[in-house]
Amino acid sequence: MQGLLAPAELEALRLSLAVAARSVVCSLPLAVLIAWVLGRGRFPGRTLFDALVHLPLVLPPVAVGYVLLVLLGARGSLGGFLARHFGIVLPFTTAGAALATAVMTFPLMVRAMRLSLESIDQGLEDAARTLGAGALDRFCSITLPLMLPGILAGAVTAFAAGLGEFGAVITFASNVPGVTRTLPLALYTAMQSPNGDALALRLAGLSFALGLLGLLAAEYLVRRVRRRLGRS
Amino acid sequence: MLRVQLSLRRGEFALEAAFDAPTPGVTALFGRSGSGKTTLVNLIAGLLSPDAGSVRLGDELLTDRATGLAVPPERRRIGYVFQDARLFPHLSVQGNLRYGERRARAAPALIGFAEVTALLGLEGLLARQPHQLSGGERQRVALGRALLARPRLLLLDEPLASLDLARREEVLPYLEALRDRLAIPMVYVSHQFEEVLRLATHLVLLEGGRVLAAGSVNALSLDARLQRVLGPDLVGAVLDGTVTHTDAAEGSAQLAVGGGTLQVSLRGVAPGTRVRLQVLARDVILATQPVQGLSVRNALPGTVCAIERDELGALVHLDVGGAMVLARITAQALDALRLRPGDAAWTLFKAISTRGHAFTLRTPRPS
Repeated sequence: MQGLLAPAELEALRLSLAVAARSVVCSLPLAVLIAWVLGRGRFPGRTLFDALVHLPLVLPPVAVGYVLLVLLGARGSLGGFLARHFGIVLPFTTAGAALATAVMTFPLMVRAMRLSLESIDQGLEDAARTLGAGALDRFCSITLPLMLPGILAGAVTAFAAGLGEFGAVITFASNVPGVTRTLPLALYTAMQSPNGDALALRLAGLSFALGLLGLLAAEYLVRRVRRRLGRS
Repeated sequence: MLRVQLSLRRGEFALEAAFDAPTPGVTALFGRSGSGKTTLVNLIAGLLSPDAGSVRLGDELLTDRATGLAVPPERRRIGYVFQDARLFPHLSVQGNLRYGERRARAAPALIGFAEVTALLGLEGLLARQPHQLSGGERQRVALGRALLARPRLLLLDEPLASLDLARREEVLPYLEALRDRLAIPMVYVSHQFEEVLRLATHLVLLEGGRVLAAGSVNALSLDARLQRVLGPDLVGAVLDGTVTHTDAAEGSAQLAVGGGTLQVSLRGVAPGTRVRLQVLARDVILATQPVQGLSVRNALPGTVCAIERDELGALVHLDVGGAMVLARITAQALDALRLRPGDAAWTLFKAISTRGHAFTLRTPRPS
């Protein structure tokens, strides 16, 4: 790798992986919860809530980044509070890039999990009830393991998509080399600079390979888990 | 005693049922599909909530709409074997069996793990995943899983309905063994009278969400309301007897039933075994005097108790040494024999057309 890629490119690759991984790890529990609420909950305003969760899919990423900046920026209401009381500053940081990525990929994750939740026969949960399992027990021992294919698929898809998140990241976390300059941002920078064509091409190829690898890995994992559950 | 008194309305369907199920004992909820059998067991399990009514098991009230009491299913200790087994696909057979056991530690053990696997023939299946099992094996695992959760009552919702005839025969003996050895109270949903005959001590006949008749299987086999549901081919007195002699070579046995002795086709039973059998009314021949030179193995003197005339002819109720037997004869035969209640008549039926099944659990007398 060292020979193939320049240090700056390697840095962008490392950052992309780190940002995507952090975004997935941090949003995973919340995504499972939201998927469960949307899949099993019956409450007024569920449709609106559903639409809100899926909004980043259809919004311009720049708009999402901008909203985050307004909310969490140094002068934003929430951002100011976090900075004053906890010393947490998100804009222009790697954590901020991960947050922007998480918001953008969240609907993808929730969607995959919810689909697999809805394919679970609720009769199995009834059976668990008659065997003495309470609500939390049922969720942990039956629902969650049976959702696993969806959780894995959601996580890997979100990770692969997160590697390439551009608009929200550059708007909220800016384009700081070594801090928030992930692969797509490095690619954009290369395109803007004279003589950057070869570099841009290599970075584009790298993004392409990573994305493909991610999707194949998701498919492979889901198949393996399904086979274990006896559903082909 | 399980005491049920429930009403529930769902759109067009209205359930309005009250019955007592003696414990120990096996109570069959019997009726055509759509009669409300499954709804009723779901209400007993607590998976459904009634509009009005109550469910009481022994001294404990489990559901009572009047006070708003509803013990959740997970705290009722009522086992449930579903029609479709509902094994957990992500757990092995062993994992499925242990699921309820692990959550029932505080309750008194009904039967141990080794005993369940031996009783249900599951030793060789423990490491398998549910999708590697046959339909019959799946139901046996579901049965074992429910038993290991240490239930006070076992609900079985047509556990054999999804199986073909051969598989049914594979599972039925296990259910019989359960009834005779564990004496766990069961509520058994079925629309197959054969299963009721083999398993149940009591019967609750349901139609359109209402209880049409309830009582012991023996008593209801003489009841016209059950006969209408069964259809003419399955009408026949259900008798309980004890094996006195066996003839292994012929595959037949002699039974003491009431005050008389019957010869029936029956294999693999020892003298002393209690046996349940049904003498189909259409297989019974009546004679006003003793007949000789017939191949018929059973010819018993009896007394005519009642005669029901219907569109098919007549159904004659006879007291044969204390046991009631039904005979279906044509209107012409009835007229020719000039039978009247109180008359003596010989009751003849072939040993070969009467199948018995070992049935150890005694029908408890209603208290």
